[in-house]
Amino acid sequence: MFNTALTLADLGFLLQGALMTLAVTAVSVTAGTVLGIIFGVVRNQVGPYWAAPLTFVLDVFRSVPLLIQLVLANAFQAIAKLGWAPFTTSCVVLSLYTAAYCTEIVRGGISSVPPTTRRAARSLGMTWWQDMRYIVAPLATRVSLPSWIGLTLGVMKDSALVLWLGLIELLRASQVLVTRLQEPLLILLICGAIYFLISFPIARLGGYLEKRWSND
Amino acid sequence: MIEIQNVRKSFGSLEVLKGIDLTVNKGEVLTIIGGSGSGKSTLLTCINGLEPIDAGRILVDGTEVHAKSTNLNKLRSKLGIVFQQFNAFPHLTVLENVMLAPRKVLGLSKEKAEENAVKQLTHVGLGEKLGVYPTRMSGGQQQRMAIARALAMSPEYMLFDEVTSALDPQLVGEVLDTLRMLASEGMTMICVTHEMKFAREVSDRVAFFHKGVMAEIAAPEALFGAPKDPELQKFLAATH
Repeated sequence: MFNTALTLADLGFLLQGALMTLAVTAVSVTAGTVLGIIFGVVRNQVGPYWAAPLTFVLDVFRSVPLLIQLVLANAFQAIAKLGWAPFTTSCVVLSLYTAAYCTEIVRGGISSVPPTTRRAARSLGMTWWQDMRYIVAPLATRVSLPSWIGLTLGVMKDSALVLWLGLIELLRASQVLVTRLQEPLLILLICGAIYFLISFPIARLGGYLEKRWSND
Repeated sequence: MIEIQNVRKSFGSLEVLKGIDLTVNKGEVLTIIGGSGSGKSTLLTCINGLEPIDAGRILVDGTEVHAKSTNLNKLRSKLGIVFQQFNAFPHLTVLENVMLAPRKVLGLSKEKAEENAVKQLTHVGLGEKLGVYPTRMSGGQQQRMAIARALAMSPEYMLFDEVTSALDPQLVGEVLDTLRMLASEGMTMICVTHEMKFAREVSDRVAFFHKGVMAEIAAPEALFGAPKDPELQKFLAATH
């Protein structure tokens, strides 16, 4: 009862798409997290008044739909003759998008460390940097981790939108096969399963770290 | 020697220290008593440089705490301070809590820092709790850990800011015993406290603060036995 025209080569095509999804996600989440940590610390350090321009820019990236950001960024890079490949443009936009959310996560994590605890660290002669490195970073990471895992999974799925710039990632690869083979149910099932296989280890890693850090 | 000269400090329009003059000698135990809002806790955080001051100066062994050229982090390693909240580092074990600053600030080796930390923790009666996380201990134990953590920096002065105020009554005794032990060992201490009996027992001198002014300072027998300042008389009557 189960006949399909799907070949091994087609599956390979899907996996190639999955690799593209992984690559875009890995670059964007890494760059976005680094930027998010820097912006989050800066926002915490300089206070709301001086951070206002930064906050405004990040709010724009959080408010405008990702698809519009991608299309506009691609148009701007063409007008500015930057000559960016679609992969570069996609990673730049997704990184800033990730950074905008990550900044808030980092800021919340830092605020969750009681000022009295930080004061105790400073009273022992630790510098601002030592306080950040040995007290604030570990405590803030524990608080921020669940939100950060959620953000990473979200960005992984949102990265499907880069197909609009012509990148063949997992969803685009599935569309190509659906159009050719006319077997949408099976192909989308496989596509969904691959998304799940990518997400599941990330989610489990989060659960594992949370458990390990619970001091029990 | 800690010299406090005409120190003034305001929070907004509220002046909490109105010109304090006070000298604490090496080996002396000074306790500061007074109602809440009298400025006594603020003075301690100013001595440590955690709060800036508006006028006057504070000298610790001749180094001006609030001078721009002073390396505060270096100065702080000689001024231990313990707060009302225990402020344990919750992600570190008791041993790691005590080892962290000596390793990172004083640059001690891991072995040296550990040896020292074990010594200090044993000293305050926590030798059995080395691998425990602070959140699993009672308030009194956490506060003793905080004392050991400050002592591990080999400070020359210890400042205690109402260290028993956040404790359940039955846990106050063990922390006060630790302070008594330190006093008997000759540590120079400034204790802000509400424990009158303790102040009377351990102090060389007791200072009474009222509304940002040091209203009276004397040996404990004189201050408790024959208080001169009318506000102090009222305060003592209310606390007995």
